Amino acid sequence: MSRPAAAALVAGAVLALAGCVADDAPAATGAIAVTSTADECALSTAQAPSGTLTFQVTNGGPDVTEFYLLADDGLRVIAEVENVGPGLSRDLVVQARPGSYVAACKPGMVGDGIRQDFTVTDSGVEVGPTGDVAEQLAAAEASYVAYVKDQVGALITGTQEFADAFVAGDDDAARELYAPVRVHWERIEPVAESFGDLDPILDAREADLVEGEVWSGWHLLEKELWPPAPAANGGVKYTPLTAAAREAEAAALVENTQKLVDAVNGPAFTFEAFQITNGAKELLDEVATGKVTGEEEIWSHTDLWDVQANVDGARIAYEVVEDVVRDADSALADDLERRFGELQELLAGYGSIETGFTYYDELSADEVRGLAAAVDALSEPLSKLTATITGA
Amino acid sequence: MSRRAFLGLGSALAAGAAAAGFGLGRATGGASAPAAAGVVPFTGAHQAGITTAAQDRMYTAAFDVTTRRRDELVGLLRTWTVMAARLTQGMAAGPFGPASGPYDAPPDDTGEASDLPPANLTLTVGFGRSLFDERFGLAGRLPGALIELPHFAGDDLDPARCDGDLVVQACADDPQVAVHAIRNLARAAFGVAAIRWTQLGYGRTSSTSTTQTTPRNLFGFKDGTANVKAEEGEALEEHVWVGASAAAEDSADSSWLTGGTYLVARRIRMHIETWDRTSLREQEALVGRTKGEGAPLSGGTEFTEPDFAVTGRGDAPLVPADSHVRLAHPTTNGGVRMLRRGYNFTDGNDALGRLDAGLFFVAFVRDPRTHFVPVQTTLSAQDALMEYLQHTGSGLWAVPPGIPDGTLRTGADGTPAFAADSPFWGEALFA
Repeated sequence: MSRPAAAALVAGAVLALAGCVADDAPAATGAIAVTSTADECALSTAQAPSGTLTFQVTNGGPDVTEFYLLADDGLRVIAEVENVGPGLSRDLVVQARPGSYVAACKPGMVGDGIRQDFTVTDSGVEVGPTGDVAEQLAAAEASYVAYVKDQVGALITGTQEFADAFVAGDDDAARELYAPVRVHWERIEPVAESFGDLDPILDAREADLVEGEVWSGWHLLEKELWPPAPAANGGVKYTPLTAAAREAEAAALVENTQKLVDAVNGPAFTFEAFQITNGAKELLDEVATGKVTGEEEIWSHTDLWDVQANVDGARIAYEVVEDVVRDADSALADDLERRFGELQELLAGYGSIETGFTYYDELSADEVRGLAAAVDALSEPLSKLTATITGA
Repeated sequence: MSRRAFLGLGSALAAGAAAAGFGLGRATGGASAPAAAGVVPFTGAHQAGITTAAQDRMYTAAFDVTTRRRDELVGLLRTWTVMAARLTQGMAAGPFGPASGPYDAPPDDTGEASDLPPANLTLTVGFGRSLFDERFGLAGRLPGALIELPHFAGDDLDPARCDGDLVVQACADDPQVAVHAIRNLARAAFGVAAIRWTQLGYGRTSSTSTTQTTPRNLFGFKDGTANVKAEEGEALEEHVWVGASAAAEDSADSSWLTGGTYLVARRIRMHIETWDRTSLREQEALVGRTKGEGAPLSGGTEFTEPDFAVTGRGDAPLVPADSHVRLAHPTTNGGVRMLRRGYNFTDGNDALGRLDAGLFFVAFVRDPRTHFVPVQTTLSAQDALMEYLQHTGSGLWAVPPGIPDGTLRTGADGTPAFAADSPFWGEALFA
């Protein structure tokens, strides 16, 4: 920075500071300080121009507090921050349209809170979304839950078929079924993960286990179907499962998959919008750390089926909230659309779930690099999805 | 930037303004950092990180551009420029910083430099020859001097440590500050450019200012005694900066590079284990200087010019004919000089228990065809030191001029901010 530029920066900072400390003037930076104490909810300003507002909520009291921006009826929640511990600060970033609002601190997290009116003036900045976001998100959740139910339905049918072939000793048929059936699992893996134990029981890799832990699930059967040479098995000759063990492992696979099916179809099952979008990011994280490195399917090398399934799952998760995202941040929606398209195009070059993919060990280092770059390209905008819908 | 960080910056600015003109604390560093020193100006006729007094550490990253869209490449350079303007002045990469902003979004800065001083961070960007292919319509703008470097005798180059469409050199007095900068730039690049290779360096091996003492390389010798220094205005014009005449002589339109320079990097592994078994007599004869003072063997002190005519017993020259200092000296090379800015590296060890260590040679020159290739050709073929050296990585990039003073766009909080028309590195190339 040149000296003149530095001087200009100082002047800019001082001006902006003056704006911030003045009690009733709108903050020049768009940042509004909120201090919540046992008996006070102090805002640095009672009005701000429409657009992106940042409330910096500091808990100056002894109890855990919350801060709400409510519609002028004092009931409908526009945005909130929860669980702010004593002495901590947290930002609430909200897209606010012109109008009257109620700001409320809720020290102790009980009661109506300490309320005051808050006015958003019209700055001329276009602020979306225009629809009722809560309604749109509820529809998104319903549609995603329907997708999950559909996938677990296909999963249990396929798993039964796979288990039958495996028990019958028809290993060729089992190998054929392995990757295409797992697709239904990989598409909704974040849901399975939300049920705690089911994921490790069904999908643990041998390398994930600690000594003494019992291994079960898909990858145990994968190893049986694609037995490694001693060099790839810690120098030890692979010992095939006994017929009884085959039967028991296959039965357990079906039984535990049925538990997932039952849980998903139970009346209590819901998957909230933020879980859907976080799940989309997690699916891509899975691809980036496990699949694009060939670690997931270390014996069958069917990693690209998993990649395709993870991408499918992430795309569905995005599509169910797409309207909300597009209203709130159309540039992000465009970016995601394009990155999904580019990754899909790249994957299509290696096959499809219907016709089969290239095996991971047949990919060149450059091809793997290309895939990893496309995954990273999609993951970065995808990491902004949750904040976009929770802030909408 | 958060209000808290912003207030911190405001007070640091005020303190800095009173004390020394432009001392910025790292914006997220809380109440500390009235440090007047430690900030290198970002804007100027030339990019920082070239004549800047060499910092103690370096982290250099080469990138492959993965997009085929020119507008995305321009967008990345624009984003990088704004981020660099912020990071080098001790601010967080984005306006919110590492610990604020929407709670459901990843922070816009990764955070590991939060409580560290700016540490004289500089970021310097260059464009490789491969960028000028058919992808971005730049083929007609390739400067004649941005050549493919020839194979030098003894080269053992690993393609995974060579070249790259883009290069970013981060230098700082704290390695974490340099790595933080590259990490945040790489994050902003996902989808547009991917890291090809990176190199971490320590213990600067050159002084680029007369105020700095001459440091030592891993052979234990002073390195860069005869370097072009920031104070040598005429020598910089003659040997470092690309003049307008270069574009006039070029067949392609390379005027965008006027005021820029070329960055040559060579990753040179040193066989330090065998070197350490070499007698002091031989070590000094190979280098042509004394190990302690760094004086030429012809006599005097460190900054005495070597006299290659002085002979000893049997009329043998005191500075041997195949010594490094003689072969690299401007008088042996038609008067050309380089601005060297290298760093030592130690990247673990090889399977034989030997350190993978050496010199990451970095030089800035006005024309590699005259200022690097002839010298390196001579050294690779004749330098007795080559017995202990192995070139394992290489790259050449055109370094565009700096961002002019006063052109950065600022946001509501007065700090550098992204705008659709904010200035960027290499803007003239894409004009």
